[in-house]
Amino acid sequence: MERTAVRGRLNWIVAEVVELIDETETVKSIVFDCPEWRGHLPGQHVDIRLTAEDGYQAQRSYSIANPPTGEKVVVTVELVDDGEVSPYLIGELAVGDQIELRGPIGGYFVWTSEHGGPLLLVAGGSGVVPLMAMIRAWAESDRQVPVRLLTSARSWETLIYRDELRRLDSSLDNLEVAHTLTRAQPADWQGYSRRVDQQMLAETSWPATERPLGFVCGPTGFVETVAASLVALGHAAARIKTERFGPSGG
Amino acid sequence: MTDTHLDGNALGALLIDLFGQEMTNQNGCCDACGAINPLGRTVVYRDAPGDVVRCSDCGAVLMVAVRTETRLRVSIQSLRWIDLPT
Repeated sequence: MERTAVRGRLNWIVAEVVELIDETETVKSIVFDCPEWRGHLPGQHVDIRLTAEDGYQAQRSYSIANPPTGEKVVVTVELVDDGEVSPYLIGELAVGDQIELRGPIGGYFVWTSEHGGPLLLVAGGSGVVPLMAMIRAWAESDRQVPVRLLTSARSWETLIYRDELRRLDSSLDNLEVAHTLTRAQPADWQGYSRRVDQQMLAETSWPATERPLGFVCGPTGFVETVAASLVALGHAAARIKTERFGPSGG
Repeated sequence: MTDTHLDGNALGALLIDLFGQEMTNQNGCCDACGAINPLGRTVVYRDAPGDVVRCSDCGAVLMVAVRTETRLRVSIQSLRWIDLPT
């Protein structure tokens, strides 16, 4: 689906916080009501801008977490301890507050059912956010495209969307979810317990002969490792789309 | 430090400012190696005062964008062409 091109600069628009959802100890989803929102595609992001009383401004990009329905925009934000923006969004922001955002932004790291599949999603940490927008949109579609998701988190408690993913995984055909917990695992853990590597990808992803469409999102090192491993497994580099989180993510 | 670079997805807003439309899924051609890739696939370094955009295949500097309070200066370097939807 090609979005009708709207020419001109991105305008900052005002959005009101209508709900705050605790995802983990350090991650919250923020639900914005945004009457001027003109829709988005799964995988796109928004810029959020904070302005201090003295006029100083700071802005950061956040992936959109909700499927493209309605006037709501949901971002899921991870606290970066020495960050400029996330400590405010996580610790200070309250329902009823207004904030400036602009978007949607992005056309490359985007999936709709028209793009087809099979879909191969690999997430490191909060890299699961744009992939969750894809899964949520997929769950609302006819679900003809088969989906496999592999996430990597430090522990079960830090795994964003863990309950929703478990529910979707057990209730929907055509979706397979695998997790690896790299630092701490529950006593009865049956998933992986190490960093993502080529062997794990071979076991959890589609074989290269299926020509899956891959989306890999996470910290830079994670993305590089996964993308290189997938290419080593025979996947075409052009079919593997990547999005890296940088150190300025805070 | 190799763990600091981003990719062309991070250029989305900048490219909309420049071209008035979403560009990260549009192809560009590297003048150094001839590789043709979507702009979202480029490698972006933000350690410098601006964004340094490099070819994902050969590392050549495709463009540099520096934003000040009042100006955005874009230096096109090893970018032979880019496609825009008409």
